[in-house]
Amino acid sequence: MNKKSHFVKCLLLFVSLAFVFVMLVLPLAVVLIKCLEEGWVTYRSTITDYYTQKALGLTLTATIIATVLNTIFGLFAAWAITKFNFRFKNALTTIIDLPFAISPIIAGLIFIMTFGRIGFLHPFLQAHHIKIVFATPGIVLATLFVTFPFVAREIIPLMNSQGNEEEEAAAMMGANGFTIFFKVTLPKIKWALIYGIILCAARAMGEFGAVSVVSGSIRGKTNTLPLHVEILYNEFKATEAFGVASILVIMAIVILILRNIIEYRSRRESE
Amino acid sequence: MYVELKNINKSFKAFKAIDNVSFGIEKGKLIGLLGASGSGKTTILRMIAGLETPDSGDIIIDGKRVNNIEAGKRGIGFVFQNYALFRHMTVFENIAFGLKINKVNKGEINERVIELIKLIGLEGFEKRYPHQLSGGQKQRVAFARALAPNPQLLLLDEPFAAIDAKVRKELRGWLREMIDKLGITSIFVTHDQNEAIEVADEIIITYQGKVEQIGTPADIYINPQTPYVAQFLGEPCVIEDYGRLKGFDKVKNSKAIIRPEFIKVGKTAEEVGSIYGSEKGIVEQIFFRGSNTELKVRVGEILLTAYRNLDEQEFKIGEEVRILIYRLNFFDDVKVHSMENSAIKDPMPVYI
Repeated sequence: MNKKSHFVKCLLLFVSLAFVFVMLVLPLAVVLIKCLEEGWVTYRSTITDYYTQKALGLTLTATIIATVLNTIFGLFAAWAITKFNFRFKNALTTIIDLPFAISPIIAGLIFIMTFGRIGFLHPFLQAHHIKIVFATPGIVLATLFVTFPFVAREIIPLMNSQGNEEEEAAAMMGANGFTIFFKVTLPKIKWALIYGIILCAARAMGEFGAVSVVSGSIRGKTNTLPLHVEILYNEFKATEAFGVASILVIMAIVILILRNIIEYRSRRESE
Repeated sequence: MYVELKNINKSFKAFKAIDNVSFGIEKGKLIGLLGASGSGKTTILRMIAGLETPDSGDIIIDGKRVNNIEAGKRGIGFVFQNYALFRHMTVFENIAFGLKINKVNKGEINERVIELIKLIGLEGFEKRYPHQLSGGQKQRVAFARALAPNPQLLLLDEPFAAIDAKVRKELRGWLREMIDKLGITSIFVTHDQNEAIEVADEIIITYQGKVEQIGTPADIYINPQTPYVAQFLGEPCVIEDYGRLKGFDKVKNSKAIIRPEFIKVGKTAEEVGSIYGSEKGIVEQIFFRGSNTELKVRVGEILLTAYRNLDEQEFKIGEEVRILIYRLNFFDDVKVHSMENSAIKDPMPVYI
């Protein structure tokens, strides 16, 4: 390598590392330092606080439901889009991407407009005593909407590139649709699927905008972790806010580590 | 007939892929479906397999109409162009898959798989994954996997297309040998005429969704029935006014093809063996082709392709040579005929 390109390499490396440090590492470090500022005891009490625990519970509930449903939906959609030809295929592919383009606030408002007091379904829900907005179902729906594309987006390109031949080979040997899916297709897309699920879960945990619109932020009832952070912060309880935020940071780091393991394993398997 | 297609039609949207195709295949034969890409050969194969459904017509295997029988129940083994091995399964598991699906007991599966691995010569590779195998090895595994459930009919879609030239030749011979050994009726699709001619007992030539000709390789090569077949096989020169060549009279509204195999080139008339049938030509180009040399020789307005063996005397570009055309095929829009050089057999009638 000559001198000039070596210089370029160093420069690029320096710029990107500096950027990552200033924009990502530093703020995250601040979160962790800040939350331990008043000592371990305060931190523990923040985390074990009733409302924090409730918020954590709700976040996990919404995340799990959204991830499971989106995984099932993503598999179905990817299957339909890659294995069959139908008229509105492109339209469906585009609509799946919609939540990527729409601001989460709008996603939240959509549900208020539909299920809320001014929504057209309100009389029906009222009559059957179903509560959606300002309750757990609303939060789950908002999360679901925002994380909708993750799984499908991850596996559709892969399924497209892998083609249909292995499935056909299995069909030629007499395997039925069920066997083909579980013995051939699923192992083929395993890593991409897990990767999509992880991304979906990560996004679901951190969702703020859409959820804040439909939640109503009732403490202990409809408050998720990100909303809880905001409330604490607005009440000038910076240490507590950072304490709760640290839970999200830790969950994010766990997910990143999982993601790297998955990437490593899938790369090793395809070599 | 073991496999029979009757008046099969198939369209993909506006594209007529298969146009009223009918043919039959005898039991135990190895058939080559030969045609350019888009000629419908793969579609025919996939319809026999049950992976595509014909719009109309009957597919009959072993006396039974199979149109409504699903692919997996037709008793067919299929070898895919890109092998389609299950990437997450070992060689052993790949070959065992079909047997497991058919609920064969474990002992029998083991026995059969080991037997097949031996047959394909991949002992010691049982635990390898497809990505750890070479192209040729994958092809063998795909072959074994298709054979595992003891199919009555083996279909192969471009079995050698993805393999490099040297291995391809070897594998061709190997496949021929295997199929002879097993006596299984087989149909393979190819766009490579050498492959079809070398391997197949019978060739079916497809063009624009129709069957052009069915016959043994020699038959198809020597007696092409349609203009397409005549021009498709070998390396023929197509010539409009072949009446200018010595010994041939032009039939109205026809063209001729002359294959290099039908031409002899020499330094003198004696060398080509006929004084009256041969004529003068000028060597325009010479290509060394390994096993022989290819010559482009101009006779008047006509440029002909001929071969010359390496042990014969060399030519130079621009050299005047004698050229003898034994025969040619001429064709109008529908039919192909053969024409012998009349000047060889009928040397200058002498009247006393």
